Amino acid sequence: MLEDVGNLIHGFAVVVQPFNLLLMVVGIVLGVIVGVLPGLGGANGVAILLPLTFSMSPTSAIIMLSCIYWGALFGGAITSILFNIPGEPWSVATTFDGYPMAQQGRAGEALTAAFTSSFVGALFAVIMITLVAPLVANFALRFGPAEIFSVYFLAFCSFVGLSKEPPFKTVASMMFGFGLGAVGLDQVTGQLRLTFGVEQMLNGFDFLIAVIGLFGIGEILLTMEEGLSFRGSPAKLNLKVVFHTWKELPRYWLLSLRSCLIGCWMGISPAGATPASFMSYGIAKRISKNGHKFGTGQIEGVVAPETAAHAAGTSALLPMISLGVPGSPTAAVLLGGLLIWGLQPGPLLFTEQKDFVWGLIASMYMGNIVGLLIVLTCVPLFAAILRIPFSVIAPVILVFCAIGAYTVHNNTFDVVMMLVFGVAGYFMKKCNYPLAPMVLAIVLGDKAEEAFRQSLLASQGSLGVFWSNGLVSTIMTLGLIALFWPIIQAGWARLRGRPTGLRAAE
Amino acid sequence: MSDAAKESGGRGPSHRGVEIGVAAFMALLALIGIYGSLKVGIGWGAEGPKAGFFPFYVSLAVIIACAVNLAKVLASADEGELFASWDQLKLVLAVVIPTAIYVAAIPYLGIYVASTILIVAFMKWLGRYPWIYAIGVGALVPFLTFLMFELWFLVPLPKGPLEKMLGY
Repeated sequence: MLEDVGNLIHGFAVVVQPFNLLLMVVGIVLGVIVGVLPGLGGANGVAILLPLTFSMSPTSAIIMLSCIYWGALFGGAITSILFNIPGEPWSVATTFDGYPMAQQGRAGEALTAAFTSSFVGALFAVIMITLVAPLVANFALRFGPAEIFSVYFLAFCSFVGLSKEPPFKTVASMMFGFGLGAVGLDQVTGQLRLTFGVEQMLNGFDFLIAVIGLFGIGEILLTMEEGLSFRGSPAKLNLKVVFHTWKELPRYWLLSLRSCLIGCWMGISPAGATPASFMSYGIAKRISKNGHKFGTGQIEGVVAPETAAHAAGTSALLPMISLGVPGSPTAAVLLGGLLIWGLQPGPLLFTEQKDFVWGLIASMYMGNIVGLLIVLTCVPLFAAILRIPFSVIAPVILVFCAIGAYTVHNNTFDVVMMLVFGVAGYFMKKCNYPLAPMVLAIVLGDKAEEAFRQSLLASQGSLGVFWSNGLVSTIMTLGLIALFWPIIQAGWARLRGRPTGLRAAE
Repeated sequence: MSDAAKESGGRGPSHRGVEIGVAAFMALLALIGIYGSLKVGIGWGAEGPKAGFFPFYVSLAVIIACAVNLAKVLASADEGELFASWDQLKLVLAVVIPTAIYVAAIPYLGIYVASTILIVAFMKWLGRYPWIYAIGVGALVPFLTFLMFELWFLVPLPKGPLEKMLGY
């Protein structure tokens, strides 16, 4: 424990080096821009900028990229409140009360509340990470292939059980992702598979290309279809409003705490920030005295989803750094970055790459403080970006997506694949297929398969290996519960003879 | 979204049809996956499960999930919900087609020239901007990208005849 504190202080020393501080500010500003623009989200913003970090040290690189992520989390709130356009899926719930507040001329109040609660949520999650991650990593060092597979199993089952989309669509898109991940060289036997003699498929499908296509191009197509015209409330934020709102906010400490806990829980299980924000909003609506007024511009309706979304977005990094299992698409991209910089994600990171891990954790603290200051002071600037017409923004984003896709492997065929993924993403999104499980499956497919096959090899093909000791059985059973959660919930509700709580609240 | 579709004339492919199409297409790709897995073997080999083992069951799961999704769509009543109106799809195609040409042109023109053309075309025809703005933005963005990638971060991007002429 004490050693961790020392490590953390050392991490801060790394982060406050001028070059790293500069990268942090650059990262946050880019992140907010990415969060504000439609078509560029946290995941593909990080994916596009990843190549720029190839020549940096891993620690500087992760500082810049994670700051892009924090910035994107902050940025989503700006467009939700001022323009009623959620820049990110996790800020949809913020529009419910944030936009009405802006219409009533309380935009400043709503923005301050959103940023501050984002900050609180993130801080809570970072403290949790600081305390829990080293323990988890230490514990996970004892994991064999069966345990590792069971963690992946739990992660993917949680997707099915917790996501808002129909379970079979989640399964379809997830398994499809595993299939795409399997194309190319088989890691275990070194055999080529599913390539059908096509040269371009030898290397398989890179998930970074999938991220840029599915989230970047797909999102632009969706935005285009809706024919967006941005008409927003004026963005003014002066210190008086900020301090006034800050005086108000402590009254909602219980709401914040609850939202933090929901966020952390949903963030660690890979359900992610979006369901966390909805769940937190739903529960706040049911519990609050002013619940019936939600949707008309209640400040609680901004605090609840923002706190939870940020807590979830941040805690999604906990399984990434301690287990090597990313909790969200953006965390998955960061994980991909680790591999490119030559680091092996997983529990060993804590013992072998102390500088890196603690630098990352320290940058989470610093990044959120710097982020809060930047967004509070620069809101009008960022809001002005949205006033640039989409017919100018769209081709520029397309160009950046193409550059991002090309630079992953210096391959122009990847740019073609990006477009294919983009069109596929458009159709899937419109038909309610969740994209996040697909991306995570492409990233983790090889590792999950390897763990699965190694376990089977050890047990001579008996599936009993996944129930061979207390630890692995517990994780597998939790996974099964998560997988069948919708059925369990429905069954429970029928038993009790009342409608299911959470689903109804959403 | 469906409101917008109704306002703009209300004609277009049905949501149901597209839903069926997506499920069928995914199942088809999964069938190809099964075929490929069978080719490399799905049984037990010298190193444990063979290379096709995992993709086989994964593809099988896709097919089962797609079958359930299809059954659900077919069982539900057709409420005449639109996927998108033709006008909306035209806008989507107005992005997809130029992007496809752009992507195809990158290996020949280089990314910078192709990007300039894409931005100018987009601003001119979709945004109806005067030439001067379109060309201004179209030239500036690739130029800045050039500075950032080639000169500052030393990441080479695809270059074409123009860059060769200029000596890069």
